[in-house]
Amino acid sequence: MTLLWIPLLSLIGSVISSCTSKLTRNQSTALTMLAPLIALGIVFSYTPAVFSGETIRYTAEWIPLLNMQVSFRLDGLTLLFLYMILGIGTLVIFYARYYLSSSDSMPKLYCYLMLFMTAMVGIVMSNNVIQLWFFWELTSISSFLLISYWWHKSEARKGARMALAITGAGGLALLAGLLLIGDIVGSYNLDVILASKALIQSHALYEAALVLVLLGAFTKSAQFPFHFWLPHAMAAPTPVSAYLHSATMVKAGIFLLARFYPALSGTDTWFILVAMTGLATLLVGAYIALFKHDLKGLLAYSTISHLGLITLLLGLDTELATVAAIFHIINHATFKASLFMATGIIDHETGTRDMRKLNGMWRFIPYTATLAMVAAAAMAGVPLLNGFLSKEMFFAETLHQQVLGSMSWLIPVLATIAGALSVAYSARFIHDVFFNGDPIDLPKQPHEPPRYMRVPIEILVVLCLLVGMFPHFAVSDILASASYAVLGDAAPDYKLSVWHGFNLPLLMSFIATSVGVMIYVQRKHLFHFQASLPTLNAKKGFERGLYSLIKWSQEKIKRIENGSLQRYAFVMIAVVLMCAGWPLFEMRQLAGASELTPIDFHNAIGAGLLIIGALATVIWHRSRMISLIMISIVGLMVSVAFTRFSAPDLALTQLTVEVVTVMLLMLALFFLPQRTPKESSSLRILRDLGISSAIGVVVASICYALLTRPLESISDFFVANAKTGGGGTNVVNVILVDFRGFDTLGEITVLGIAALGIYKLLINLPLFMPASDSEGRPWARERYPILLSSISQSLLPLALLVSAYIFLRGHNLPGGGFIAGLVTAIAFILQYMANGSHWIADRFDVNYRKIIASGIAIALFTGLGSWFFERPFLTTWFDYFDIPLVGKTELASAIVFDLGVYLTVVGATLMILASLGKLTADTPKQEVNI
Amino acid sequence: MEVLYASCVGVLVACGIYLILRARTFPVVLGLTMLSYAVNLFLFSSGRLTINKAAVLGTGSEYADPLPQALVLTAIVIGFAMTAFVVILAIRGRADLGNDHVDGHLVKSSKEQK
Repeated sequence: MTLLWIPLLSLIGSVISSCTSKLTRNQSTALTMLAPLIALGIVFSYTPAVFSGETIRYTAEWIPLLNMQVSFRLDGLTLLFLYMILGIGTLVIFYARYYLSSSDSMPKLYCYLMLFMTAMVGIVMSNNVIQLWFFWELTSISSFLLISYWWHKSEARKGARMALAITGAGGLALLAGLLLIGDIVGSYNLDVILASKALIQSHALYEAALVLVLLGAFTKSAQFPFHFWLPHAMAAPTPVSAYLHSATMVKAGIFLLARFYPALSGTDTWFILVAMTGLATLLVGAYIALFKHDLKGLLAYSTISHLGLITLLLGLDTELATVAAIFHIINHATFKASLFMATGIIDHETGTRDMRKLNGMWRFIPYTATLAMVAAAAMAGVPLLNGFLSKEMFFAETLHQQVLGSMSWLIPVLATIAGALSVAYSARFIHDVFFNGDPIDLPKQPHEPPRYMRVPIEILVVLCLLVGMFPHFAVSDILASASYAVLGDAAPDYKLSVWHGFNLPLLMSFIATSVGVMIYVQRKHLFHFQASLPTLNAKKGFERGLYSLIKWSQEKIKRIENGSLQRYAFVMIAVVLMCAGWPLFEMRQLAGASELTPIDFHNAIGAGLLIIGALATVIWHRSRMISLIMISIVGLMVSVAFTRFSAPDLALTQLTVEVVTVMLLMLALFFLPQRTPKESSSLRILRDLGISSAIGVVVASICYALLTRPLESISDFFVANAKTGGGGTNVVNVILVDFRGFDTLGEITVLGIAALGIYKLLINLPLFMPASDSEGRPWARERYPILLSSISQSLLPLALLVSAYIFLRGHNLPGGGFIAGLVTAIAFILQYMANGSHWIADRFDVNYRKIIASGIAIALFTGLGSWFFERPFLTTWFDYFDIPLVGKTELASAIVFDLGVYLTVVGATLMILASLGKLTADTPKQEVNI
Repeated sequence: MEVLYASCVGVLVACGIYLILRARTFPVVLGLTMLSYAVNLFLFSSGRLTINKAAVLGTGSEYADPLPQALVLTAIVIGFAMTAFVVILAIRGRADLGNDHVDGHLVKSSKEQK
């Protein structure tokens, strides 16, 4: 359980630090540093156990059905990375407090930094590969946020986008690779995967999985040819560069290689791919670093080169090379992070990072200069510093490998060349910045930074020295346990010492140093040569590629999605036609086994009217008023059909809805053009006629096929239980309010949402109010005829009585909340029509939104009420009572639910019609001619 | 009877689809209304056509299938809500864009009638 607290703490820290904008900078920093410090304490408490070879695990069930767990582990490799992530993280937070200017938002930076820390901790601790991948993506996202911290700068935004695109794409490849591995092994648990080396490597998909995982690792660790995003990520604030782009995030790829080393390594494919990529990156990075004038640019390419070195070591086929790789991870993190921080100080104090301007800094900032020079010397691999030790090991291992067969001697030679280049750029860093004459027009007068800004660098430089001089004392335990985690029992015996005697690696070191110094001294010629080469701007190329990709997809989208609803509708209908029509052709016989019922006279008349009404609607659809009248015939016939086929509830509902719909459409027609212009070409009409008849034929056939097949229904259950279980004899209503009450609750909610949407749409509506009808006749002068208003007023109580009756009898006879609500709504709408909305507002001022809300609330709470009796949601209760005068009566809780339905229907219907109708009353008649 | 019923549904669907493919909002609203009639009738038919059967318990020995009826009942009400929403959307579109074309382009067509 304590293990879970390590990622949790940094996550909490992220949230807390984002809320510190009211505190002073010191308080904010102290509060933010608290989380990683506590986490470090936890890690420290586990250290002895891990050193003794134990792996600590924590697993909690997450989705047991999918066999998914939240799973963390702590072994030697994890321990090493945790110290780096949490330790350097703490230093960076401290450093950033002095680095940020007062105009930069500190909580924002801290929040992102801690989020990133969470992600990194998650990667190194995950014991489940999918979980690992999740944290992996989280680092990409938090890194994006951190690079674009100064979002107002164009290069920050572009750099962030490029980093996200490259590492994000790599992340997708990694996911594919991890899924493949999980599929091969049959588990996503890391313990299982690491133990299945033979199974994975004998599988046919091993190569594919390996390449995909390597793509993920190489993009993250900026390996050639994906290295170009890292220099552009340097647009981030320097503390971020120090943390993400040298010490931790770019090491995530290396971590991945080391983590999967037990399962994936050992094959020729691994050696060739990893070693060659590493070698290329090592050389390319070191070469380009030499020519960078920007300090951070130099460090960026040097980072790339060192990452290549570590990758190369992981790709060599000796166990000691892997140990050297882990050793160099530690060393590189310490000296590179301190160099970045020193660069930050120089930038902070002088206002520039250009090495052509920065000269002779030794005189202004001697203390910082000393620290930076020690770190740079470590980078160059000068004896008595940590860089020297791992570089010696590296040189030694290049001599022992057999990766390239008979051409394996090339690797030590190239390694020496890279070593020389690394000495050259380190020398340039030291000499150009701190000596080499006087500074050239600096924006600021440089002086030493605040005392505490140097503290993180001092700590890291002391570490460089400690490791360099007393390696056995400083790192042997952690190195041994990390190596054990990667290599298992194959971890070789080795001795860390400063002096190995005169041997070949020492000679290589000597050659590298002297050649490096020579290159630096003769750099003018090299710079000339480099300037004559054509320049390759990765950013421009990337941007151009991205731009043309976007343009290409936009063109394609435009072709598919041209904004025409008619076309979308046509395509959708065509697809439906194909999907629905195709199976009909494969069916042997359309008619089923049932006997046909004879056609009687009444039905024939009704069907005839319905068909005539529908066709007339289409024929006269351009005269909108006529088509509206025609469609109301169809609606009426539909409700007659429901009556005929033993569905009185439906008939009542259809009838009332029909009234409301026609009123609504009439009202709408007032605001819309009265006629439809002739627009469709004959060809278009022919096409539409064709597809609509085709659909009609298909649906009719399906309907016929359905009707002629014997009925197998689950309704017997409802019929059998309506009276005994639901307490009502109207089965349809019992289904609505009891058996399927949850559905009804959802439906009235939709009704309420639709009404609210309409309310919103009608706010601030600019109206086109015609002054006359389509024939040019002015509207009747008398808006509210006296006859209609007196009749409607006397009708109101009657109508309300009828609706109350329909509502109350609904449980046992046709009726219920839906129908009663519609009847009530119609009665009120009649009042609106006869007397105008002002007249109503004077007498009956209600907020329909509140009615809708109370309706849904009543229905919901009736449902929740059953919880108090320890029954499931929406269980109904009923019993019989003797009420004086009325007699034996059944009371059911379902009627309260039905009341909710009733109120929602009344509220929604009235809100829709009344708020639309009100618009005609509110706006004075104006002459608007469109 | 089954043939007649199925043809009615087919005609409603065909008319509804034809109207939905028109270019102006009002015919499209009518088309949707027509289509919802058709859908309701189709759904209802899954209980088969039963003439003179009991709808309420205790009034007969054979009952009409209550389940499709309950489904269609709510479908009718929801259908109304959707029609209302589309109509108001059409009014809003006409008010904001100056025409009632379904593609919603902000152009004042010279053909626009009152």
